[in-house]
Amino acid sequence: MTPAARRLPVSGDATASQRAIDPELAGGRPEAAATVAAPSRREEVPGRRALLGLGPPLAVGAGLALTWHVAARASGGDLVPTPGEVALAIGELAGKGVLLDYVVASLFRVSWGFGLAVLLGVPLGLALGWYPAAFRALNPVLQLLRPISPIAWIPLAILWFGVSDLAPIFLIFLASVLPIAMAAAAAVHGIPVVYLRAARNFGLKGPLLVTKVILPAALPQLLTGLRLALGVAWMVVVAAEMIAVTSGLGYLIVDARNAGKRYDLVVAGMLLIGVIGLLLDQGLRRLERSGHVQR
Amino acid sequence: MCSADGAFISVRNLSVDFQPVGVLDRVSFDVAQGELVCVVGPSGCGKSTLLNVLAGFQAPTAGSVRIGGAEVDGPDKSRIAVFQESAVFPWLTVEENVGFGLLGLSRGERRRRVAAGIERVGLGGFEHAYPPQLSGGMKQRAEVARALATQARVLFMDEPFGALDFLTRLKLRADLLDIWRAERQTIVFITHDVEEAVQLADRVLVLSRRPAAVVAEVRIDLGRPRDLDAPAYLRARDRILELLGVTRA
Ligand SMILES: Nc1ncnc2c1ncn2[C@@H]1O[C@H](COP(=O)(O)OP(=O)(O)OP(=O)(O)O)[C@@H](O)[C@H]1O
Ligand SMILES: [Mg+2]
Repeated sequence: MTPAARRLPVSGDATASQRAIDPELAGGRPEAAATVAAPSRREEVPGRRALLGLGPPLAVGAGLALTWHVAARASGGDLVPTPGEVALAIGELAGKGVLLDYVVASLFRVSWGFGLAVLLGVPLGLALGWYPAAFRALNPVLQLLRPISPIAWIPLAILWFGVSDLAPIFLIFLASVLPIAMAAAAAVHGIPVVYLRAARNFGLKGPLLVTKVILPAALPQLLTGLRLALGVAWMVVVAAEMIAVTSGLGYLIVDARNAGKRYDLVVAGMLLIGVIGLLLDQGLRRLERSGHVQR
Repeated sequence: MCSADGAFISVRNLSVDFQPVGVLDRVSFDVAQGELVCVVGPSGCGKSTLLNVLAGFQAPTAGSVRIGGAEVDGPDKSRIAVFQESAVFPWLTVEENVGFGLLGLSRGERRRRVAAGIERVGLGGFEHAYPPQLSGGMKQRAEVARALATQARVLFMDEPFGALDFLTRLKLRADLLDIWRAERQTIVFITHDVEEAVQLADRVLVLSRRPAAVVAEVRIDLGRPRDLDAPAYLRARDRILELLGVTRA
């Protein structure tokens, strides 16, 4: 420590000149505030760079399609349809007007099943995270149910709900409610204890504590859990539609095979499932990032 | 409102055990109204635990804390803790954080106090920034502003500047003293930095290793601003270092 530093005043007025040289104290400088406002966890990618970034994945996609085409041709067309045939099949579905119907049917079931799972799973999980006794009581049962694939519930679902929309909705609900509840409980467990202490210090309790502190503090981790659960829900709807109903993308795949070995339609259905799953994931990812923005 | 012997905060035979170890061992001390008391002690000796009990976040195993004559049995808005690790809410702006403790007040009063708190700690211009966009020092300033806005008469500060660089720490210390001189809150300020304690405090409590007991109370009879080369300053510092078992340079 230099003698000069040692003599720095530890009290007295913070003079204007001190404030001016201290970057901590950039008070009253609005432009300084503006420079900190790049609210993204990741580096901002300018538009041109974003477009350039599309290059490699497009090249990989084109390469794969080409390989697929060549392989399909080489096999004599018996093992797998060519990309062109699949594109035509998608066109055929669109032309007959069933493409949109099937997509909407699948999304409808996922929306209901997943929506109900969020409505029940989030409060349940928050409560499990908050009350250790509830967690201890329920956790073993939840852990026991968790490894049971939602597919294993199909017979019971059909027994209870018949061949109707209710069966897949029930299966999707089952498949997503547990991951959602577990994610919400883990998110509450992960809240730094100082946030809760500060909140109690300012007199918060009850519903206000939940809405003002617990929920926002748990939100980022909760959103990640929701995204993973939605991925599961989307896989389950396809499986459920193969058995329990007569519409939707899962039905399209089994029907195309059973009704005429139309493997071009089978692969078309698979591709559509992939694309829509990707879009759903991207949607929640965007939400997730906006939840992360401020932290 | 003080107890008969004039103490505003009165800590008696406070013990805390985290099984199987004892953390605090019959800690007793008093703090007068408007006094700035620093607590120093070795790392891990139980300083934060002491603060958590004083602030009412944690019940002691034995002993009692009375503030203004009343037994502490939970946190309260009239005594606000500032934490070792940043406890500003990352999902709220600086302004919203500072106004957080003012939920019951009228909108106008709230706005007035938020503006005053932000001004007091020199965060003007950053009202709408989120904590992750702030430096560590600015976050601690925001937390101090949040505590000040409640107009709490008692502040418990747990190494609030501990994670900051030397110059920022000096600056924040000076600013804290300014605020305290103007408003005369009762402050218990925990630190592991002996220089910091001697620069700030009216009185320094020295804790032993875990389980912590009060080894000594060192009164710092020096005016402010303090001359860091004055013999009395150096004597007080060396005395405390000695009490902590650190050999003199
Ligand atoms: N919840 C807990 N359960 C068990 N042990 C704990 C708990 N909290 C703290 N301890 C122990 O109590 C002791 C004192 O912890 P405390 O955080 O009070 O120390 P400190 O003096 O504030 O340390 P530092 O200087 O690192 O801030 C430590 O040995 C710690 O391991
Ligand atoms: Mg500590």
